Amino acid sequence: MYDVVIIGSGIAGLTSAIYSARAGHKTIVIGGPTLGGQIINTLHVENYPGYKDISGFDLINNIASQVKELGVEIVSEEAKEITSDKKVITENNTYSFKSLIIATGLENRSLGLENEKKFLGMGVSVCATCDGNFFRGRDVAIVGGGNTALEDALYLANICNKVYLIHRRNTFTAEKYYVDKVYANSKIELCLSEEVKSINGEDSLQSITLTSGRELNIDGLFVAIGKVPNSKLYENLVETDNGYIVSNEKCTTSVPYIFVAGDCRKKSVRQLVTAASDGAVAALSASKYLEREK
Amino acid sequence: MVVLNKDNFDTEITNSKGVALVDFYADWCGPCKMLGPVLEEVEKETDAKLCKVNVDEEIDLARKFGVMSIPCLVIFKDGEQVNKSVGLKSKSEVLDLIK
Repeated sequence: MYDVVIIGSGIAGLTSAIYSARAGHKTIVIGGPTLGGQIINTLHVENYPGYKDISGFDLINNIASQVKELGVEIVSEEAKEITSDKKVITENNTYSFKSLIIATGLENRSLGLENEKKFLGMGVSVCATCDGNFFRGRDVAIVGGGNTALEDALYLANICNKVYLIHRRNTFTAEKYYVDKVYANSKIELCLSEEVKSINGEDSLQSITLTSGRELNIDGLFVAIGKVPNSKLYENLVETDNGYIVSNEKCTTSVPYIFVAGDCRKKSVRQLVTAASDGAVAALSASKYLEREK
Repeated sequence: MVVLNKDNFDTEITNSKGVALVDFYADWCGPCKMLGPVLEEVEKETDAKLCKVNVDEEIDLARKFGVMSIPCLVIFKDGEQVNKSVGLKSKSEVLDLIK
């Protein structure tokens, strides 16, 4: 039986582990297959106090080693279910808890199409700056209408032969700066008021079909339609709003023994330091709860 | 791990017998860095040859084997590509790939 089980090993989860361990509570982090949250894909972190420039990978590893030195185990298992009798179930284990901190963060929003997951890394990508170079000289498509999508379209237009920019509306939400540049770029073909209907191919992506019926033969499909909270585990358990856990400055939830930290909390600013800050608050609130229940 | 480039690829892989695992990676890729220690562990427990390719230096090799995202593990048997796996993997998953 753990005093505190933490789900998630991003900045929020790991910071809550530090505070929980230092408060003397028996704590474990169920960190998922990959240690760290979204930040591990960032090469230069330049807004985390104490570091002028550090990679997200190094930052997470530093914090993780701090957590481990405090005697907290970080298991690389994926939480499958949170039961109403206070257990977190993973593929091979069950962890009983007195209090729970949810720090599951955000994930990339998907189109929700067949083959999308299957072809991830086989033509479908969620990171143009990571994978773009593998499509040098080829034809690709990008889906989305925000800053990220348009910035990525411009990046891809620099290296690819042709870029289709697919957006379900006929105006963009991106800043005018990017919109003007996209319109002026002869390598980018706009497919507006269009959505991707199907992703086609055998072992890897070969083409996509749009809602108008048009088929585009492409080697790469980049999906840049924003992020959504990783809410599968908790959406039937605590009060949420669009998948974000409804909370307050104490990081409590609608369930007395469940606390929330980081990007999956309903709030206005999502930064590394606010994730860390949530982690501290959630752990101290959990600590108070544990004292009361003694 | 054997460091591969376009000059030694044929000798080490194409014209080589047995099972080989090639890790396509880049220094800027966080998940690739996490896979590094996993592969070091795997190397202690297998007879397969473990190799790595830096995709920033050897983009043509990466494209030749259809690498479209990293980390990407490509498995060869007697010089022929037999399997491919994208993303971070656990030790047991990697061992399964080269069984």
